[in-house]
This record gives sequence, structure tokens and C-alpha cells, in this order.
Amino acid sequence: MKHTVLAALGLCFAAAPAAAQLAGEPFIHDPSTITLSDGKYYTFGTRGGGLVSDDCWTWHSGGERPGGGVAPDVIRIGDRFYVAYAVGGGGMNGGHASLVKVMWTRTLDPKSPAFGYHDVGVVASSDGVEGADAIDPAFLLADGRLWLSYGTYFGAIRMVELDPKTGGRLAGNQPVDVAIDMEATALLFRDGWYYLLGTHGTCCDGPNSSYNIRVGRSRTPTGPFVDHLGVPLLKGGGKLVVAGHGRHYGAGHFGLLDLGDGVEKMSMHYEADMDRSGRSVLAIEPLLWRDGWPVGGENLVAGTYEVQSERGGALQLAVDDTRIAFDARASFRAKPDAPVGPIANQTLAQDMASWPKGPTAVDLGDYMIRPHQQWTIAPAPGGGGAFGAPYYSIVIAGTSRALAVAGDDVVTVPAFTGAPEQLWRIDQLIDGTYRIAPKGAGGASPARALVAIGRSTAALVRFDPASPTGRWSFQRP
Amino acid sequence: MTISIRHAALAALCLTLPAYAGAQGAPPAPPPLADYFVPATAAPKAPDADGFLQRWLLLEPIVKPNRSNTGFTEAYVRAAFAASLPQGPPMAVPRDGEAAKIAAAPRWHALDATRFDAKLFNLAQSLGKPVYGVIFWAVTVVEAPREMRGVRLAVGSNSASMWWVNGAEAAGLYGDRRMVMDDVLSRPLTLRKGRNVIRGAVINGPGLSDFCVRLLDANGQPIRDIVTTTK
Repeated sequence: MKHTVLAALGLCFAAAPAAAQLAGEPFIHDPSTITLSDGKYYTFGTRGGGLVSDDCWTWHSGGERPGGGVAPDVIRIGDRFYVAYAVGGGGMNGGHASLVKVMWTRTLDPKSPAFGYHDVGVVASSDGVEGADAIDPAFLLADGRLWLSYGTYFGAIRMVELDPKTGGRLAGNQPVDVAIDMEATALLFRDGWYYLLGTHGTCCDGPNSSYNIRVGRSRTPTGPFVDHLGVPLLKGGGKLVVAGHGRHYGAGHFGLLDLGDGVEKMSMHYEADMDRSGRSVLAIEPLLWRDGWPVGGENLVAGTYEVQSERGGALQLAVDDTRIAFDARASFRAKPDAPVGPIANQTLAQDMASWPKGPTAVDLGDYMIRPHQQWTIAPAPGGGGAFGAPYYSIVIAGTSRALAVAGDDVVTVPAFTGAPEQLWRIDQLIDGTYRIAPKGAGGASPARALVAIGRSTAALVRFDPASPTGRWSFQRP
Repeated sequence: MTISIRHAALAALCLTLPAYAGAQGAPPAPPPLADYFVPATAAPKAPDADGFLQRWLLLEPIVKPNRSNTGFTEAYVRAAFAASLPQGPPMAVPRDGEAAKIAAAPRWHALDATRFDAKLFNLAQSLGKPVYGVIFWAVTVVEAPREMRGVRLAVGSNSASMWWVNGAEAAGLYGDRRMVMDDVLSRPLTLRKGRNVIRGAVINGPGLSDFCVRLLDANGQPIRDIVTTTK
């Protein structure tokens, strides 16, 4: 019976989607910054329309963006959503005359009575022969000032300043060249640094696209932006943030999705999702910060792990340890040239002989390579996800005994059924560790998460981003 | 670097939308050559502060149609360059205004780049020559005050390129390249005391052709106690 269950689990794991794969119909190119409006998340791409989602996992066509053109961006300022988009440009063998336009609406929900776009007008342009192509706009609001980067591989990436009250270009403002050989730029502001992210490589050729996202930073929004080697972005520099991986080829068009509580995600498109006929798709993946630089993170990869609290202590079934037969005195007294040989790790059968049959508590202990400390974690087939991370099942390796919520408590139950209380949201934090929260524990910021409230005690409580007690790492057992 | 098209689905859109400038009236004039190059003078020219070589003999573009740069394999690039222009003796240098001995008779121009990179696209644009689907040739003469060992030629180019120093192949940049300083470095080579000839060729389909070249010493630092000439 157990083997049948395991076989089924194995099949399910084998068929599990890639950790970066969103559900629904996430087909888009050049996604705008994901923006929350009236309880739903919106992103708009090249050409009209866009995608909408309740949970940033399952995406469907939705949203309305008139004007057509390429690569819009969206920012909310006060009660307005400003949308920048480009008309013209982006051509090959010419075709670099373009306009960046701005419009605004009070909601992105087309069904709302407050929905309706108001034209602001042209905020940047290129004449077709100058060394710039006014497409791919990106907003940044920092210290009360509104900036807009734009441009593509044809010449320079440029920066202009807009009026945050109107979305229009500030009078007298002149564009400043800040980078070359980039496209699909995005802007961030963090700890006094302005970050210019952009896409290098070849676009729009499916699995033959080499698109990858790079970054430089500057103390001022008009540069000079340099990468981690000090190479100016005006001389082609750029530190790698994320490139294609797995079944996804060609990462481009970065967008920040800051969930708060030390969780940041980046949206982008992949030029080709090889499980979806090589079509261009939206992706949402963890964003980490290391030494003042944004770095692409990774959703937890399916596998068997030791789950270690940053407080110190491995998540385990609260059961008695079973000793491994061993003569410690003889071992210490052994002569250097005495024969040696392997000793088997404790088997699951040896360990589980004393386990209770019903729901069993969990606690934290020193990791001793025991089966009751080893967890197989994988995206739950059909379980959905949230904010770019799939919901996971967490079971004792080799069994279907699953970590589950029981009221205010966290326990294990004898069998994984896929019930919502057995599904877990695992978000990578900006320092590379992870937060583990039950499914349904809230929106962008879960109301409660698995926290080491004691050296040996784990509980579901409010996550404190300033404390290491809610951070977890996953080690190969 | 270039793209097959920035947004492939927009090809039709690009064709149907009026160009911004066109909608405003007469097409705008391209930026003048002086924005990117000035005529080379008789005096030798030192590299810029970062060691980039700015004096070049640049040949007007040779037409070589390519709709995409994704086909710039080493074999393709090598064959395209070999077929584009007969090479003379390794240390020979063309004269300013001289016509290359090929059918279209493109001319050599002795120029000083005003920026760290030689913007070939803008050279061709300002001369009214083809800017896409082209091959450019470039030559400079480096005068070294002494023999320099362990030197590396550091090149960035948009798109693919090949480079020779004193007739010996030194660097190849293949594939759909974007211009990044110090993208490809040669193996260590020796600059002779006195005259050294650097020759390069750049190929591009729909991209924005340019290149940047400097020489790095054995410690990776830019060499600045050299001068460049066109003789």
C-alpha cells in the first residue's frame, strides 16, 4: 500500500510544473510592472490588453490599455495609475522614430465606474535618425520625483524627469544618456542607490533568444551608472541579474513586485517556455539583494531536504530518536591501522517503528541525519500558487506523512491528500533564506508563518522580517 | 547586438504607422559626422584616458546583406571577411582617401573618434552609405616606445568582428554581439618597439555597428604610453 502511494507521489512529482511556471494563460511580451488595483493584479504587454490575476499565480487575459504600441509601464501615484507606452520605433533596418506617451486612470479594472484613461501626451520622442529609439518606458518614483527611462539597443538609454502631479514632462527637462546596448529598462531606488536594469542579448527568437537582465547603479538618477566591476553602462557594462534557465529561455523586461516583509519578487517575460510551444510567457521569481546588488533568486526546487531554522534547529517529527547501534568506546580505542568499513544510515523502517500512527507534532532538533528529519518538498500538482511560487507539499521522505495546519498548531498528518491545510507557500526572502507559510494565510504578506518561537519549538505566528526566527534554509540531507 | 526585430509581432505595425518624423514634415537630417569623428591630423594621437584607441583608417561599408545577426558563426564571419576585401602585406596601411580595389571602390577615411568607440553606423550614415547589412574594415598604427610583452588586445564590437596585430590573428568576436568594452581579450602578444599595425573588420546585419579597442598590459591595466598614427 505504501509503495503504491509513493509510486503515485513519484509520478506526481515527475509531472510537477517547473518551479517558475505560472498557471493559466500567461502569454505576454514586455510585461509592465505588476500593479494592484481593486484587489486584482494587472500587467500589460506589447500591443493592447494584458493579463490579470487574483493571486499572481494564475493569469488570464484581461485589462484594457488603449493606444497599442510596445512595452508599457504602470505606476500608481496617489489615486492615479499612470501608464506609459510607446508608439512606433523598435524596428529593424530602421524604424526608430517613436513617441513615448503617458495616460492615467483611477483604476485598472475596466468594470469599475472609475475606469477611464485620460491622455497626458508625449513625454519623450526619437526622430528616427538620432542615436536613440523612444520605446520601452519605465517609471521610478523616488524622493518625490518621477523619472522615466526609455530606449533600446539603437543608441542610448535615456532618462527624463516627469511631473508626479500630472505625469507630463517637467518643463525644460532634457534627456540624459545613461546606458547603451540595453533595452526594456527598469528602475529601482534602494538605500540611496538608483538602479538601472535592462535587457541585453537577442530578442524575439524563441529558444534562440539570448535575452538576459543586467543592472548598474548610481547615486543619482541621471548617472553615471556602473556595474559591480566599475564598468560604465555607457560602455556596455551591466551585472547579470537573471538569464534563462531550465525550460525557460531568454529573460527580459524586469519589473519589481515588492511584497513587503523582506520578500521581493521580479516579474519578467521569458522569450520561450518550452513546455508551452516556446511562447513568450510571464514569470515571477524571487529577487535577492547581495552586497547592494539585486540578484535573481530561485523558487525551492523539488527535492528532499533538511529544513533548518536560522535560529538553529532542524524541523522534525516530535518522536523519540532511535539509536544507531554503535560501540563508541570500541571506536575510540581502535588502532589507526584497524580495518574500517561503511555503516548504514538509519533506515526509515528503523526510525518509524516507534512513530504514532495518527497526527503527530513537530518540533526542532539538532540535525542527526534521521529519517524523521528529512522532508520531501515539491510543488503540489494542481495546488496552485501565489506570487510566483507554487504551493508545496511537505512530507517526511519516503512516506506520505504531511506537514499540515491544525487550527493554530502545525502537525503532521498520516497521509497527504492535497487539502488546503496541507499546502505551503515557500517564498524566498531577499537574503536567500525562505519563509514558510500556510496556504491561505493572506495576500502578498501572509498573516502567519512557520516561526521558531523557541530553540526547539515551531509555531504559526506573525512573521517578523527583522528576526531570523522565521527564516528557513533547505539543505540536502 | 541586434535583434531579429524588437517585437516580432509589431512588424506589421511598424509598416503601417507613419514615422514620427515623417508625420512632422521632412525627414530629419542624420547627425553630422562631427558628432562622432574629426579628421585625423598629422600629429600622433595618444589613447584616451582609459586607453581606447581613437585614430583609425575606416573603410566605407561594403554591402553584405544579413537580415539577422544570429548566423554570425565563426566560419561564416571568417569567410565573409575573406571574401570582402583582398588583404595586402601585413604591415601595409592604406592612405586617407584611397579607394579599395574592389568593385564598389569604397574609400578609406583617416579619422579620430571623438568618443571611446568608433561609431561605424554613424560614419556610414553621415556619408550617405548603407548602414545595415554591411562590413567595415578598420586599420590603425600603434607606435610603441619599447617592446612590450604580455600585451592583450581588448575588443568590443557590434556585431561580430575579427582583429589582427602585425598580420597575426589576435581576436574573434562571433555571434550576435553587442558592444561591451573588454568583451574579448586576445592571448598575450608582443608589441614591437616602433610600428605595429592593428587591422579589424566588423560585420552587421540590422544592428548599430561600432567597436572599441584598447591594449592592456600584463597586469590588465590600459597601456597609455603609446601613440596611434595612420602611416
